[in-house]
Amino acid sequence: MESFTFLSPGLYNYWIVIFLMMVGFYIVISRGNLVKKLVGLNIFQTSVFVLYISMGKVEGGTAPIFGEGFETFSNPLPHVLILTAIVVGIATTALGLALVVRIREEYGTIEEDDIQAQEDETR
Amino acid sequence: MSMELSILLSMIIPAVGAVLIALTGKIPNVRETVTLFTAVALFLNVLSLLGPVLDGATPEITLIEMVPGLSIAFKVEPLGMMFSLIASGLWILNSIYSIGYMRGNKEKHQTRFYICFAVAIAATLGLAYSANLLTLFIFYEVLTFSTYPLVSHKGDENAVKGARTYLGILVTTSVGFLFFAIAWTFSATGTLDFVNGGILGGKVEGPLMGLLLMLFIYGIGKAAVMPVHRWLPAAMVAPTPVSALLHAVAVVKSGVFSVVKVIVYTFGIDNLVASGSAGWLVWVSGFTIIAASMVALRQDNLKRRLAYSTISQLSYVVLAAAILTPISAVGAALHIAAHAFGKITLFFAAGSIYTAAHKTEVSQLNGIGWKMPITMTAFAIGALSMIGLPPTAGFISKWYIIQGAMSSENFLALGVIVLSTLLNAGYFLPIIYAAFFKKEKAAKHGHDGHHDHHHGDHGEAPLPIVIAISSTALLTILMFFFPDIALELAQKMIGGAQ
Amino acid sequence: MSAHLPILQILIPLMAAPFCVVLRHRDIAWFISLVVSLLCFAVSIMLLDRVLVEGVISYYMGDWPAPWGIEFRIDVVNAYILLIVSAIGAIVSLYGRHSVNKEIPKGQVYLFYTAFLLCLTGLLGMAATGDAFNLFVFLEISSLSTYAMISLGKDRRALTAAYQYLIMGTLGATFYVIGLGLLYMMTGTLNIVDLHDKLVQLDDSIRTLKAALAFLTVGLSLKLALFPLHLWLPNAYTYAPSTVTAFLAATATKVAVYVMLRVFFSIFGIDMFEEIGLGDVIMVLAIVGMFTASTVAIFQNNLKRMLAYSSVAQIGYIMLGVSFLNATGLSAGLVHLLNHAIMKSTCFLALGCVMYRMGTVRLSELGGVGKTMPWTMGAFVIGGLSLIGVPLTVGFISKWQLISAAFQADLMPVAFLILLSSLLAVVYIWRVVEVAYFRTPTHHAGFKEAPLSMLIPLWIMAGASIYFGIDTDMSLGVAQIAADMLIGGTP
Repeated sequence: MESFTFLSPGLYNYWIVIFLMMVGFYIVISRGNLVKKLVGLNIFQTSVFVLYISMGKVEGGTAPIFGEGFETFSNPLPHVLILTAIVVGIATTALGLALVVRIREEYGTIEEDDIQAQEDETR
Repeated sequence: MSMELSILLSMIIPAVGAVLIALTGKIPNVRETVTLFTAVALFLNVLSLLGPVLDGATPEITLIEMVPGLSIAFKVEPLGMMFSLIASGLWILNSIYSIGYMRGNKEKHQTRFYICFAVAIAATLGLAYSANLLTLFIFYEVLTFSTYPLVSHKGDENAVKGARTYLGILVTTSVGFLFFAIAWTFSATGTLDFVNGGILGGKVEGPLMGLLLMLFIYGIGKAAVMPVHRWLPAAMVAPTPVSALLHAVAVVKSGVFSVVKVIVYTFGIDNLVASGSAGWLVWVSGFTIIAASMVALRQDNLKRRLAYSTISQLSYVVLAAAILTPISAVGAALHIAAHAFGKITLFFAAGSIYTAAHKTEVSQLNGIGWKMPITMTAFAIGALSMIGLPPTAGFISKWYIIQGAMSSENFLALGVIVLSTLLNAGYFLPIIYAAFFKKEKAAKHGHDGHHDHHHGDHGEAPLPIVIAISSTALLTILMFFFPDIALELAQKMIGGAQ
Repeated sequence: MSAHLPILQILIPLMAAPFCVVLRHRDIAWFISLVVSLLCFAVSIMLLDRVLVEGVISYYMGDWPAPWGIEFRIDVVNAYILLIVSAIGAIVSLYGRHSVNKEIPKGQVYLFYTAFLLCLTGLLGMAATGDAFNLFVFLEISSLSTYAMISLGKDRRALTAAYQYLIMGTLGATFYVIGLGLLYMMTGTLNIVDLHDKLVQLDDSIRTLKAALAFLTVGLSLKLALFPLHLWLPNAYTYAPSTVTAFLAATATKVAVYVMLRVFFSIFGIDMFEEIGLGDVIMVLAIVGMFTASTVAIFQNNLKRMLAYSSVAQIGYIMLGVSFLNATGLSAGLVHLLNHAIMKSTCFLALGCVMYRMGTVRLSELGGVGKTMPWTMGAFVIGGLSLIGVPLTVGFISKWQLISAAFQADLMPVAFLILLSSLLAVVYIWRVVEVAYFRTPTHHAGFKEAPLSMLIPLWIMAGASIYFGIDTDMSLGVAQIAADMLIGGTP
């Protein structure tokens, strides 16, 4: 990794990314509550945001402003990309929550097990 | 009328016939007139090709080319000519017979029956004229599926079960093995055409050629080489006209016809002899002949006995082809014709007995010969042909097969033929003996009211049945005295192959 | 005008979508979506024509040159996918009016068309763009609108199906972004062509590259429902409105496959892909998927669910073709993209007709339906024959090509397995045929054939499944060009 000096020093940011990712992923898989699943999904996505943003950092770099005293810039492109990704994430969460609301209207619960139980009954 | 048009008409006429039958289904008399008319028109059309083919022409036409090398194409070569003549000719007689049978037994769904029959005949002719393996495969499958409703005709649990076995075995083997073999052939040679002398020479080597042959033989499940013969007895739940024309002629003959075509035109006799990879086929077909005959001996149900006899007779054709001499190939081709005439007669007789007397078991037939003299005489003629005694067609074809076996000193094949002849006599002669020389047993009462009603007071079957059955019996004898056309076609086939 | 064709393709449906919301009228919304999808179809035909004649078209968004700006890059592969998607879109809009009015509450119909147009935008965008991150955005546009469309299904299980799909789909998309992030880290570019150019200069053995490929593959496999990541698909297809199912089955997974091909062959390139050895993994998964899903399909009573499992199996065929890593196999996969889109939409459209008249697609309630709805079931049987791979239908062409590829790659057992799995298709299609044609009707008289406005699009597709089984210049011919192009790397 030495040849890619624009990466931030050390690898601790990756450890954070991986930790967040696994936490989020675990919540999505293990929780039966539909809202908690969405929370997990958000954490999972956040980890990706961190991954992108941290890779844009250049050691000693500043915000990309043209002018006196600003010579080394951090790469702004990942930030911009992540802005888009955040918007997408919000849309997904909103839609997910809307679905949860509708599911609650129909089933009267947002617990996966209860929904499954209701379906088994009607079958 | 050009020959190319005649080829297409051979499929179009029955297809159009099927549509017309569907449209006129409400009025049985018109519907059956349409069937008969279609059958006659088809036969005349096929007959118009005979002259040119005897003169050595091989009219061909390519319908569609999907991918280079993959096409739907037709070519009338002598063997296909013979097969199409048999199928279309017997369709006329069978239609006459069907009318008597279906009405006599008050069967349901008669319109569907006639439609599917016409489609099956169209498929048979397509198969007979196919110029490459792909075309053959397509019509092979159409034939399988169009006969499903015929087999399951009764619609009760037993019929559906039998029909599923029928469909299951035929489709599994054809898709799993036959198509695989075709794809293999194509990837090895880049073509699927039927070519004199075969296309596989030098392309697939020794043991692999044996494997490929095995895939073809077992892929063509319709040839009923053991152990893929189970569908044929299962198909006996069908009404008798179906068993007669389809499961004694069209369907099973499509099987052995395909086998002969594959051996002669895809592998090439010389290639197979050179690679020495067809020896197993003599054993397998020999085993099938003997084993099926043994099983037939023990069947009391007449149609099942006939079915096992068919299995054994089909393997005669395979055996004849597997002997790999030109003269036995002639025998194979002749046996396709001879067995067709004989076996359809036998099935007609079985159906005739069922219609008139409602009897299905061999053990019920004591003394029936005096009540139904025409039927049982015809049955006797058919049986003689199966055994291979003169003056019937079966003698001619068996003669050629034996000649082939002698010339190649294939004593295994010879032994099989001799033994099976004895077995054939063993399961047919007692029926004839019982029918004419045994006294009828006392009636078993209380079994089925329907049966009792007819018991003892039945006479000969309805007129259409009698006409049909005497015609096929006559054909069986005529082919013994005038084998010229069949012989000429058969010799043309191997003449071209050398 | 013609210079702007690539962007028009995406812009037209994108711009039309708000109109549907604003006008709030279901018939007007339907009309808008019909016109728009027909326009898209016309544009995609022109594009394919131009690409075949002139070669690759590059379109720079806002005139920012690649690799900095977003590039729309149309080559034969894109144009081919665009044509499939927009053609299906047009057919589905033509078909959908009655079916949608019946299956979706009156007040929500205009919203359905909005979502439909957005979904079309997303799918076309994914196929057209040459920028890997832009692709993600379009992917999410199409996915979000898909979730919404599925949730409009009548059955309340549509909601849970949509939710399940949302979770799995978002996971998949996020995996894609992670993989892309790793690639960006290595190369500093997001343009597909540029990515490839930079990647080939790198050492193959770098672990980050492998991780990136793994993330991308898993993420896309989720979207395209490669076994065993297909769990969202059966429910989604079963409970979505019929029109949506037909549209999704024919397009959504297909576009995901396309993206996968781009990743494998255009970004990484066949050499690197081969070296990493992912092909064998995909081959095994594809074969297992073919068998498992087909077997499960046999035991389904709900026909939509049966076809959904069949879709999983068919995706197995596509990916199997890809995994051979030769031109024949890839062209088999590509042609099956089109062919499967045709045959599966035929089947699902037919089921839509059945649903419209009978209100159910449960096999046990459809006895004798072949007699009451002969045209509908006739089309279904044609589609079913294609699924089996019967000669003279499109299914045969793809299967033949696939088997040839297996022989070419010296994988004879695989060729045999392909045929065996077709037998499973025979079984599940035959079950339907038997019930529809040979069983006495279980329902009362009064049911009749579907309306003409549904039958015409249905039979267009049924006709296409036969036409492209006979004349393969347009399908297989183009697929072969596209396959050569992908194998040869990005030209």
